[in-house]
Amino acid sequence: MLAILRDLMRYRPQFRLGVILTGVIVAFAALTLASPHPQQDQFVVPPDVPPSWAHWFGTTSRGQDVFWQLTFAIRNTMLFGFTVAILSRLISVAIGMWSGYKGGFVDRVLMSINDTFIVIPLFPLLVLFYFVMRDKMSWPLLALAMAALGWAYDARLIRSLALSLKTREFTQQCEFSGMRTSEIVLQEHLPYVLPIMFYTTMNNMNWSIGLEVTLSVLGFTNIDTPTVGVMIYWANQHTALVAGIWWWIFFPVLFVMILFIGLFLLAISMNEYIDPRSRLARMGGASG
Amino acid sequence: MNAYATYALKRLLQFALVVFIGINLAYLITHATPIDPVEQTVSAATAFGNTSPEAIAMMRKSLREIYGLEGNLWNQYAIFWQRVLVGDFGPSLSAFPTPVSTLIGRALPWTVGLLSVSTILAFALGNLLGGLAGYFADSRLLKIAGLAVMAVHPIPYYIVAFVVLIAFGYVWPVLPISGGYRINITWGWNADFILSVVSHAILPVTSLVLVGIGGWFMGMRSLVSNVVTEDYVTYAELAGVSRGKILGAYVMRNALVPQVTGLAMSLGSIFNGAIITEQVFGYPGIGTLLISAVHAGDYSLVVGIASVSIVAVSTAVLFIDLVYPLLDPRVKVS
Repeated sequence: MLAILRDLMRYRPQFRLGVILTGVIVAFAALTLASPHPQQDQFVVPPDVPPSWAHWFGTTSRGQDVFWQLTFAIRNTMLFGFTVAILSRLISVAIGMWSGYKGGFVDRVLMSINDTFIVIPLFPLLVLFYFVMRDKMSWPLLALAMAALGWAYDARLIRSLALSLKTREFTQQCEFSGMRTSEIVLQEHLPYVLPIMFYTTMNNMNWSIGLEVTLSVLGFTNIDTPTVGVMIYWANQHTALVAGIWWWIFFPVLFVMILFIGLFLLAISMNEYIDPRSRLARMGGASG
Repeated sequence: MNAYATYALKRLLQFALVVFIGINLAYLITHATPIDPVEQTVSAATAFGNTSPEAIAMMRKSLREIYGLEGNLWNQYAIFWQRVLVGDFGPSLSAFPTPVSTLIGRALPWTVGLLSVSTILAFALGNLLGGLAGYFADSRLLKIAGLAVMAVHPIPYYIVAFVVLIAFGYVWPVLPISGGYRINITWGWNADFILSVVSHAILPVTSLVLVGIGGWFMGMRSLVSNVVTEDYVTYAELAGVSRGKILGAYVMRNALVPQVTGLAMSLGSIFNGAIITEQVFGYPGIGTLLISAVHAGDYSLVVGIASVSIVAVSTAVLFIDLVYPLLDPRVKVS
């Protein structure tokens, strides 16, 4: 896995750009450790100050420094996305592997359920969830709900991988040479699974962060914790654009866009590594 | 025909499963959570002023009936399904006594129109551009176009819609940014009204297409770049078939098949995007209705919209699945 990342870093400019963009955002989020203000404090600086040397990104109408507020928002948003990605990975790996290795009837049933979750529009369900929970809505709860709904697409990918690994010759050789199933899965198959895991984790983070921003902007989450969506929500509540306080909206939108593009670049360059056809095409081996 | 009937039956079963699981999820969300919607509505309604205990008791009773929360869980489950199947979700509280189904029926055509126009546009444009980019892999112009659509693709619908709104609402206000048609205009099939509807749809459609185009573009480009290496394409080129015909009739026709499957798979998330885009532009569809229902605390309306969305999206997917064999002769009849 590390060797793959090193090669990607060396030969794929897309991957390099993705690492740089995501790295900038992660470093920015790490600045929370140096923040002079706790994340939920208000009216600690003069309100509505445009960007200047004292306040790089200006200040909000709620008397918060946009720069420091944004570090917390980015950190919380990324943590949320990462949590959802990890939780839903557990489900999609379990379902995908089980379905692929077992095959037959189990496979058909699981994949029918899987396709169902791909098709169902999740946003109205999440809104319904918020509507029922209201003030009891918390971030861990939302992460759990989103993980329970957002595993299906990746389970299909992992299942097709398991299907192909199962029938490869080296798997049969391992079996005949007396390796246990757990050994085969962990030692022989894991290196094939890890790149796909990386790819789907990045994709899923993009998906869950996108939903977080959307739900928060509408005020359908716990709006006391600063996230990127919550920041835009408060800016809209104070009609920041009409009042001309553009920096309150501009910087969160800019940073979250950088994050999306960074994660996306990491995902697609890894996907190109996984898909051997596109690798061949790139090397010129298949350009007839 | 026999093979098609088997295929259609399978798709119908899958459709039934989607509706079944979807509606059960909605039921689970509304009934397994510890919060009682009746008590919430009661406390919201009695927050101001004095209300006699008898009146509150009566309100509680009628709300239980309206929300379908009477009897034990099995009864409630049966009522829930009955409402979905009949399409009757009771009266809306925020627009009392208009039935929820009327409100949804009024909003649904707007969403269907917005969704179908933008999905068809994004699908056609993305596939066409992607096909060209895959076939003419050295074209600089297409490479730049590819970078542009790929940069927008990962950004969520809300942010793109919001940026489009700012660009055309504050920076360069040339198009209407809110509503589905001009206020004070008479409804009818006249040029004025149609023009007004079209001009109001431009911005929402644009932002949906901007996000949607990237996925089709990338899919088509990689599919085409694989197909062009096939022997029959080289053969056609050597035989002097024009490049336009090769691309249109031989290459993209083949590559389009998995793209249509992709369309069926991603319809749910496109629907999510349309809902949120409607809200940004105040478009009078399902999305705006859903979000204002949440703000108004209208339980029946929220449950109704969630159920109708599930049925509507799975019906659309069933439709694509049933038309799909006409495109791919391999699926049709063996």
